[in-house]
Amino acid sequence: MDTKEALFKYCLRLADNNLVLGHRLSELCSNGPILEEDIATTNIALDLIGQARHLYQYAAEVEGKGRTEDDLAYKRAEREFYNTLLSEQPNGDFAVTIARQFFIDVFDYYFYKELLNSKDERLKELAARAIKEVTYHLRHSTQWILRLGDGTEESHKRLQTAVDGLWMYTGELFEMNEVDEILIKEGIAPNLNDIKTKWESKVSEVLAESTITKPEDGWMQTGSRKGMHSEHLGYILAEMQYLQRAYPDAQW
Amino acid sequence: MVSIDTDKERIYQLLNEIPDPEIPVISVTDLGVIRKVEWEDDTLTISITPTYSGCPAMKQIEQDIEKKLADSGYEKVKVKTVFTPAWTTDWISDEARERLRKYGIAPPQGSADKSLITTEPKVVPCPQCGSRNTQLTSQFGSTPCKALYKCLDCKEPFDYFKCI
Repeated sequence: MDTKEALFKYCLRLADNNLVLGHRLSELCSNGPILEEDIATTNIALDLIGQARHLYQYAAEVEGKGRTEDDLAYKRAEREFYNTLLSEQPNGDFAVTIARQFFIDVFDYYFYKELLNSKDERLKELAARAIKEVTYHLRHSTQWILRLGDGTEESHKRLQTAVDGLWMYTGELFEMNEVDEILIKEGIAPNLNDIKTKWESKVSEVLAESTITKPEDGWMQTGSRKGMHSEHLGYILAEMQYLQRAYPDAQW
Repeated sequence: MVSIDTDKERIYQLLNEIPDPEIPVISVTDLGVIRKVEWEDDTLTISITPTYSGCPAMKQIEQDIEKKLADSGYEKVKVKTVFTPAWTTDWISDEARERLRKYGIAPPQGSADKSLITTEPKVVPCPQCGSRNTQLTSQFGSTPCKALYKCLDCKEPFDYFKCI
């Protein structure tokens, strides 16, 4: 694999993460638990899908085969998606939505901070825009972790269940493969081992403050770096890609 | 022949007549999204930067710029998106902030350093009655750039232009 191919795949991975989580959050549009959170989750979805678009545009340019951002989002099959398993997990109750968001926000916060040092100008620019948005998202999810964990008996119980249930998907956030190796050497991508240390420390700190017990690391789910997904991604793509699959190149 | 500088001044004036699609009391130049106006051979290139990655108004702003300049006789116009430096509310002029307030939107408080993104501003005065006794209702609002507040004195809810 050469640097160009690695960069293409890397951009896809970042874009897929944002698109799939953005899609999940957009499912809450008109279904949020309260009006303010309906607006919040869809605002966050908008930021994430916006970031995904810029990353797909860049991926398409890097690939140089005439594909567009829409081709990449709507015309790839499930096995060609590289988003993490965590990002595709269903919204569940509000505690699950918030726990999933918090784990990913903490990751994104430290990740984009590091990406600001990338030698790739475009990624660096996209990180400069994204870090402001992600910081704001993290503030939102952190406040909800504290409020639910240290709230009522019911909210505490639900958040603990959510954290326990999602924990096995968190290990994969830090997995690296050949793509990472090549780009780390070039100074383009951050080393995810460094991000992992910061992630663990921040997550431990907030969970402790929220009186939630941090789960022990056990078996960690894996697969997305190779395009292997949980059963949920297929349903997401079926809905998201329906129109372009049924009416290819349709425009409006 | 018109000098290039005079022409640029005219172009900025034209751009200043384009309202923000979502907050029409301020123009796209007030908002600070216009980053550069330049000639590339015979093409007029306008660089804009997104306020938020997913701001749906960006496409509209792009089309409004193209239309405005085409109507004013500029035939070849290209609008391109740039990302650095990342947009900040610090670029909104004092005069535009005052117009926001009169329109009922509390302007961003203070300057956009990191602490303001991670914590709430101390006081967001009510744009209706001026009271400093206000409370955050929601970190997010009707557009990506706004949060929701309420005034505890006049009891009116209002939008706050997030400081970012």
